[in-house]
Amino acid sequence: MSKISRRKFLAGSVAGGAAVMMTPAQKSFAAGSFEGFPEGMGVLVDLTRCVGCRTCEAACNLEQKLPAPALPFDDTSVFDEIKHGQKRRTTDKAYTIVNRYEPKGADEPLYRKIQCNHCNEPACLTSCFVNAYKKTPEGAVIYNSKVCVGCRNCMIACPFHIPAYTYHSAINPVIKKCIFCYDTRLKEGKPPACVESCPQQVMTFGKRKDLMKIAHERIKKNPGKYVDHVYGEHEVGGTGWFYLSSAPFEEAGFDTSLPKEPIINNVKDFLAIVPMVLTIWPALFTGFHLLATKGKSHGHGDDHSHDEQEGH
Amino acid sequence: MKKLETFGIKPHDADLKTNGKQWSVMEKLLLGLTLDQYIGQAFRNKFNWFLAIIFAIGIPVIIYRFIFSLGAVTHASYDYPWGLFLGFGLFCMVPLSASGFMLGTTVEIFGRHDFEPIERLALLNGLLGYFFAVVYLLVDLGQPWRLAYPMVYSFGPAAVLFLVGWHVATYLSVQIAEVSTAFFEWIGFRRGYEFIRKGTIGLTVSGIILSTLHQGALGALFVYAPGKVHPLWYSSAFQWIHFFTSSIPAGLCMVISVSTVVIYTMKWRCDKRFIDNLDRITISLAKGAAMGLATYLIIKFIAIAHDNEWAYFATGWGLWWLFEIICFVTLPMFILMYGIHHRIVGLCRIGAFMTVFGILLNRLNTALIAFNWKLYQEIPHMWEIIIAITIFAIYVATYRFILARLPILYQYKSQAEEIEVEVSEEQVAPAKA
Repeated sequence: MSKISRRKFLAGSVAGGAAVMMTPAQKSFAAGSFEGFPEGMGVLVDLTRCVGCRTCEAACNLEQKLPAPALPFDDTSVFDEIKHGQKRRTTDKAYTIVNRYEPKGADEPLYRKIQCNHCNEPACLTSCFVNAYKKTPEGAVIYNSKVCVGCRNCMIACPFHIPAYTYHSAINPVIKKCIFCYDTRLKEGKPPACVESCPQQVMTFGKRKDLMKIAHERIKKNPGKYVDHVYGEHEVGGTGWFYLSSAPFEEAGFDTSLPKEPIINNVKDFLAIVPMVLTIWPALFTGFHLLATKGKSHGHGDDHSHDEQEGH
Repeated sequence: MKKLETFGIKPHDADLKTNGKQWSVMEKLLLGLTLDQYIGQAFRNKFNWFLAIIFAIGIPVIIYRFIFSLGAVTHASYDYPWGLFLGFGLFCMVPLSASGFMLGTTVEIFGRHDFEPIERLALLNGLLGYFFAVVYLLVDLGQPWRLAYPMVYSFGPAAVLFLVGWHVATYLSVQIAEVSTAFFEWIGFRRGYEFIRKGTIGLTVSGIILSTLHQGALGALFVYAPGKVHPLWYSSAFQWIHFFTSSIPAGLCMVISVSTVVIYTMKWRCDKRFIDNLDRITISLAKGAAMGLATYLIIKFIAIAHDNEWAYFATGWGLWWLFEIICFVTLPMFILMYGIHHRIVGLCRIGAFMTVFGILLNRLNTALIAFNWKLYQEIPHMWEIIIAITIFAIYVATYRFILARLPILYQYKSQAEEIEVEVSEEQVAPAKA
């Protein structure tokens, strides 16, 4: 084979490849690896400092203009609430929740604040077929209720069980979740209401990359106090909010079986076959048709003249 | 209808009446009966009463859902955002409707015209299954009036659901085109019929592409939830292959099941060609289904081996998984194989019904039962179940309405053909003389 023909061959295959790439481009553009906006903000939550006062819940309720809860925010009986064998979770009326856990061998209970973790590569965002979600450069995962169809795929996809739905609205049901106080605070560089309200300074607000250093320093300085793991550093591709804990994370209700890769990576296998099928199938099956019907009539047997000839 | 037949009344099946006049559309709708006869037989049919009771209860509940929101008819669960409407309506109806592209491929692409008597039933089964999957979806969506948003207004092209939405919409149009040939024949619009027939190969091939992708995509939807679906029903690498492969026996067995119901309940509408060929075709379809099941079974175990999940077999979930695989994949496969080998049509039919049930069980397991296995199992709200049953009853009623009229189970004698027959008879007659 001469050099020129090989070059031509390569050029041809590149052109062919490019043609193939054009088709799936729209389907896979978000499938690259993305590690979050460099200047994205985050929050470090140090569970060892939390006393379960629920002030953050109250602050969130006020800031987001949510309806008043059934029990007041200073009522600690909510920690014993069990529904379907589960502790409380975020709802359309409460974007953040504090739960109490009793780790094995610990004298004191451990409190854990739950809210949207604002993933670097959010599963809710990648699962949404109308692009209602957006990861802002400031680090918040926000949601546009104007385009939401209400398929609730984001609720299926979220590994932390965060998004809730206003099922009881007939006209305009929407997803409700923590938005990092984006509209009222984060946009102006201010910390979210829950962080600001905390009397124990459980939460530290700052650039994600700076906070991560602080988290590791705390572990280094106090190896006996902390578990040597920052939950959210790598989980599902890294989250904007991450946790330090004195007890193993699974004993504080965290799902420790989550993959390190973003959720969308699981789906890439399938998305990769889409262009293949789109481009190969037409030729393949038209070819089958030509091979299978060679020498036979190409017409359809609606005139039923084939029925007798082709045997059964 | 049986009773009418004893009086020598035959249902309408041609453009022209026996006296050479054309049927009007109204007469066609009444199956060629007079209004009194039609109403009489409709009232005598006990199944109509059964449907009427379901509608009387269910349709008000559906209206209630649209006035008082989803929260009023479901548990409004945040942990189970998808209940029966999608778990049954979308994830079960779509694989059971794979028949359209399966038989389309067999007849049109591979030129197996011996399957032709059942092709239209398979196409109609596909169309109605998809259509009602969309109806279930409309009931389930929070804002169903925005259904077209992913098509025209706001695009989320990286999402699997975006692909499902586009493909189901496109495929639904393809299927309408495929089934429209029967409709054009029935209303006597010969040109429309011929126009669509010309594009058959294109339509069928696009049907294969769209089906491969969205049957698989329904599986890929669960790949978004690695921690939620039980590992035995979850496989990031194989999920779409599982859903696609199982849709093949699902579609074929659904056609066998439907044709069985039809031959026992609507025999008056089947013509000789359909009745005579059905046993042979049932066995051929069963062959395809048995091979599909074998492939599916192997891939299921490959997925377990790939993720090394053998240890789960020692748990309750493992037993449940084995129950599904042994009783509703392996067992029907052997029943089908025995039936094929000894040419026992009845056994093939039993195997087909079991396979259909197995698909229902698999999809419900993935979407509801083994979903959130670490949290809790949710039993759907009473009204949610009623709505799901009602929509299924509407599906059955529509199915029956169309089967009774359009040339699906019988061959339509068009005006042109009849004249040809008459002409040729006339030509023969003088020759004899």
